[in-house]
Amino acid sequence: MIGSKYRVNRDMARMDGKKFSLDKVLTILSFVILIVVVVIPMVMIVYNTFFFEGKFDTSLFTEIIMDPANVTAMWNTIKIALLVTLFGTVVGLFFAWLLGRSDIPLKGLMRSMFTIPYMFPPFFGAMAWELLLSPRSGYLNKWLMATFHLSQAPFNINSIGGIIFVECSYYFPFVFMQVVSALERMDPTLEESARIAGAKQWYVIRRITMPLVLPATSAGALLILTSSLSHFGVPSILGFSKKIYTLPTRIYQLISRASGSFQGIREGAALSILLVIVVMLALWLQKVVLRSGSYDIIKGKSMRPMLIKLRGAKIPLLIVSLLSLSIIVLVPLVMIILVGMLKAYGLPLTLENFTFDNYLNLFKSKMVQDSVVNSLTLSISAGIIAMFLGVMIAYVIQKIKPKGKTALEIISILPYSIPGIVLAIGVILSWSGALGVNLYNTLWIILVAYIARYLAFSMKSASASLQQVHYSLEDAARTCGATHFESLTDVTLPLIRPAMISGFFLIFLPAMRELTTSVLLYGPYTRTLGVAIYSLRSDGYIVDASALASLAIVLIIICNAVVNAIVKDRKKV
Amino acid sequence: MDQIVLSHVTKTFTTKTLGTVTAVNDFNLTIKEGECFSFLGPSGCGKTTTLRMIAGFEDLSQGEIHLCGKPVSIKSKNLYVPPEDRGLGMVFQSFAVWPHMNIFENVAFPLRVRKVPKAEMTERVKMALKHTSLDGMEKVYPGNLSGGQQQRIALARAIVTNPKVMLLDEPLSNLDPKLRETMRFEIKELQKKFNFTIIFVTHDQSEAMALSDRMMVMDMGNIVQIGTPTELYNRPVNRFVHKFLGQSTFTDVILQDGKAYARGDMEQPLPVALPENGEREMVMATRPNQIDMNRTEGYKTKVEKRIFLTNYTEYLVRVGDQLLQVQTPHRNAFAQGETCYLKFPGIMWYGKEDEAAEAERNRRQLV
Amino acid sequence: MASVRFEHVSISYGPKQVVKDFSLSVNDGEIMGIIGPSGCGKTTLIRALCGLIKPEAGDIYINDQLVFSVEKRVNIPPERRGIGVVFQDYAVWPHLSVWDNVCYPMKKHKVPKDEIPKRAAYALEQVRMTGYEKHMPAQLSGGQQQRVAIARSLVSSDELIVLDEPITNLDAKLREEMILEIQMIQQRIGTTIIYITHDQEAALQLCDRIAVMQPDGQICQIGSDEEIIRQPANRFVYSFIGVSNFLPVVEKDGKVCLGLGDEPVLFDKLPEGFAVGKKNVMGVRPMDIVFDQQSAVRADIQRDTFLGNQYDYQVNLGGQELRVERNALDVLSDPTHYAAGQEVGLRFLNVKFYEEEAQA
Repeated sequence: MIGSKYRVNRDMARMDGKKFSLDKVLTILSFVILIVVVVIPMVMIVYNTFFFEGKFDTSLFTEIIMDPANVTAMWNTIKIALLVTLFGTVVGLFFAWLLGRSDIPLKGLMRSMFTIPYMFPPFFGAMAWELLLSPRSGYLNKWLMATFHLSQAPFNINSIGGIIFVECSYYFPFVFMQVVSALERMDPTLEESARIAGAKQWYVIRRITMPLVLPATSAGALLILTSSLSHFGVPSILGFSKKIYTLPTRIYQLISRASGSFQGIREGAALSILLVIVVMLALWLQKVVLRSGSYDIIKGKSMRPMLIKLRGAKIPLLIVSLLSLSIIVLVPLVMIILVGMLKAYGLPLTLENFTFDNYLNLFKSKMVQDSVVNSLTLSISAGIIAMFLGVMIAYVIQKIKPKGKTALEIISILPYSIPGIVLAIGVILSWSGALGVNLYNTLWIILVAYIARYLAFSMKSASASLQQVHYSLEDAARTCGATHFESLTDVTLPLIRPAMISGFFLIFLPAMRELTTSVLLYGPYTRTLGVAIYSLRSDGYIVDASALASLAIVLIIICNAVVNAIVKDRKKV
Repeated sequence: MDQIVLSHVTKTFTTKTLGTVTAVNDFNLTIKEGECFSFLGPSGCGKTTTLRMIAGFEDLSQGEIHLCGKPVSIKSKNLYVPPEDRGLGMVFQSFAVWPHMNIFENVAFPLRVRKVPKAEMTERVKMALKHTSLDGMEKVYPGNLSGGQQQRIALARAIVTNPKVMLLDEPLSNLDPKLRETMRFEIKELQKKFNFTIIFVTHDQSEAMALSDRMMVMDMGNIVQIGTPTELYNRPVNRFVHKFLGQSTFTDVILQDGKAYARGDMEQPLPVALPENGEREMVMATRPNQIDMNRTEGYKTKVEKRIFLTNYTEYLVRVGDQLLQVQTPHRNAFAQGETCYLKFPGIMWYGKEDEAAEAERNRRQLV
Repeated sequence: MASVRFEHVSISYGPKQVVKDFSLSVNDGEIMGIIGPSGCGKTTLIRALCGLIKPEAGDIYINDQLVFSVEKRVNIPPERRGIGVVFQDYAVWPHLSVWDNVCYPMKKHKVPKDEIPKRAAYALEQVRMTGYEKHMPAQLSGGQQQRVAIARSLVSSDELIVLDEPITNLDAKLREEMILEIQMIQQRIGTTIIYITHDQEAALQLCDRIAVMQPDGQICQIGSDEEIIRQPANRFVYSFIGVSNFLPVVEKDGKVCLGLGDEPVLFDKLPEGFAVGKKNVMGVRPMDIVFDQQSAVRADIQRDTFLGNQYDYQVNLGGQELRVERNALDVLSDPTHYAAGQEVGLRFLNVKFYEEEAQA
């Protein structure tokens, strides 16, 4: 509180006879960069939807939203998102309670399994489950039909139900993580005082514990909701063959079908406005729900909460949870790796059908080499650039606090809630010649999109860290004889270095597996890893796609291991 | 009537850093009906653990606990009555007021659990709120209330079932000093009205002395002394209790020929009554504000240093080769270097205490 | 050594004026305490002295050199004012070792390379932190961090050091030690020290002179510890430096009576400090009220509390609540047990009279 007051008096530089203070330069730079990277693409979408040849024109938008195919896509999107949220929340809550409040063994192992869905893109899961459960050729379906002499495949993954199942398996950790941390930080006396008041254990769970973690639950649930609404990978892999569309996949279809024609892009832009409206509704809902129920449940002495003894139910519950976790988390990965080693798609999964040739072929393929190099280049440069921009913007917001600080904050967070596919359209509309700069078919356009998409990550990380840097640390440097600039480089930057490093990885890791934005922006030589796998699969090269995906899995595991090692190393110091 | 009886209660914990620690060691204690009894001690002395065993949140490693004549925890028979069936009221340091319920719902919760009819429930909640000066605030949610008001809700919730025994776990330490004082009296008033037995856990000696009928000083899992506040303050059994219950000043004294001399001054004996069976070297303990500093009679010496403090003047006075701390009201003024006379109306004698106990205490506070 | 002068300094945050027309001069080589309730603008003044904020009016001199003036458009930046500051939260840089923390100001001030280690070692010795050079701040206790901060301020300036509530976060024992430590350092080096706090106790122990600030940012008294304690300039100072009771009193035929219902005579002659013809209040501290059954001033005991070192009473005197303290010595000399519900006589030993001010 004091810190904010002290920053009001900022015109000292003028008195010292300097025209521009460091603060002013940083503030202006932040605004300019955010306008270029974020605001222009957003404005371009709206402009191109509602203006045609310079005139206001809503016909395109009305046409798009009246199109029955689009309406169906919208309902599919909403239906899928709501059901994914429902099931994801139930599963997440169950595991959160089990790990946070019961005495179930192997908590560490289960916890590490929950982090796996965070590491891999959901469309890997979609690919794997299609291999297992597609009605015609899924391995599991075939095996079940042979074993139980069924005339029809028992499961059909290429359905809305299938999409829901796969998305669920990737998104339920959102609720789990939120709730388990709330349960762990919750003041145990809140429950103990209910026991003293005479309530039995189960009554306490129902009337005290559950309502108290409701805010955490709804935060997680709404995260699932918005993620699922803008999700592209799973519905596109499982839905296209059966003509099941959601808004993101429909937008993709409109644009790829138009193969670069301006009309197609405009239609996509109009439809993305519809998608943005739906997502914004969800965000608004989130705000309302979170505001109504934010309790302070973490105070008092730190005490270990009492764990509830499961007694007889312990072993059955352990088996059920381990089994379901393995199915959700491990089976898809194993499946992709196995199919990646097959001599040809459709062969039974027996040892004599396995080969490593697929991998060797991958290394020889120019496209694969390109995609790995592209992804690494893009992720590393987006990570570094966005990290520095994020720090700068966070510094302006947290420490300089200029007029328009709130606007700055909102703009930098905005891309976080805008679906990747919409952002991609905005970037296409802005940087393929319309404004005099044409980056289409180059890596630059993807880089710009990545920076816009991930800026919020590093900004938030740096912001949180800067809040910890009390203003007196910089002031102390000033009174010790450092100039303003020196106080930044000697004190502030070194102090937030850990946040900068983690900010970099927060961008690097998801950028490595990115699909949604790149799939609209790639050109002949600018495929990313995600795009390469995706296009191999849609062109029918299932085995090669799986092999490349396995390679990606290995790459991602290595990257994560490196990150963990670095982070752990820092914690020790 | 004896309301709470602890016999041979022992609790051991095993931690990674310290190995097995005995938090409570062979505890025998009887608390009478209607008494306000304090557990007082530094952090890590086992007072909270003892309270949680009485409440039923912790198992016993040994021994038994009886409440109102009924056994509630008996290790040897593996008997363990869960907290909800012990019929206790309890107030926690962190208030533990449920933020998702309004004040009425919070206070009504224990009655709801007991399936009390609605009309009676409303009546009893109303009365509990009246006694805690919360009437008219039934619909308010506790989120934005001050610490004092939250603690009042917790009190109302605890008294609404009319429990025979009330456990208070440092209920005042999260409040600011002024409020702490008023809440102290409010708790006392409630006790008078509802006539429950209080066990009060605190590390603040003045709080314990202000509230309790009897109190117990604990140290390292053991009972050090039990008695009324005046007994404990005026007759502490050892240096630890002396120091813990207020400011202390200790002087090394040599006893010779039936007289007591401050170490370093064998000329002028101290004007004090001698201990009954003293060794040659003893420690004289007194409190800085219990020393009579005057200009007429007593041990003649000189003021070495004078420090003005807000509520009293503090003098450092030479006694032999030691400096003695004396506090007097501002009106009793001496100048630096002035000659003064000291009398010691209230003193205690202790032997040389071994330092090992102090070291162990420090070690445990790290837990 | 350096002197400091504030002349007619006013500081605002937005529309709120925190400090108004503030003047104060601090002599060479003294420890000056500035005490006042939180929010009275103490810290703001110090930040203005250091150059971290800009007053809207007034001049500031350090050692007779103008460092800030609105009129003359002078504003020397903080790095060139040569003040050592110990911040409230110490502001020891967590990413630098103790040694690097202490060396930093000398590097910035371009102290010759071979002299830096000597002076850093000396400063650490002064605060008894020798041997901790390689430690990181996170490995130090609050008290140790604070000593590092003091060492750092010592090498930044051997002329003027400002301490902003530096010991409020420490426990009682450490506080006592730090106060002695600061005093000793000051005696050895002779640095001018400005010590800001809302904790009167510490200021009384440490400072040569104390300036008391009112909540509105005005100085209401400057004096030694004895002057402040014995002759509080006004009602605010009286209540700020200790627990206080105030009673309305009136003059009647040259005698002073209680300005309450039954008006018993308190003093036969007009005592010193009594403002004739004005509304007076009498300030009396709880330990300066004694129970005396002979006294004509009768009161009812409402509450009695045993606190060990003292008995605390709340008594009702003609509808006015008073706090009375009997310390352990009083109890030993008069073992009568006074309990709630009893009527007692009161005698006032040491009183101060102030003109009744219009209550804000």
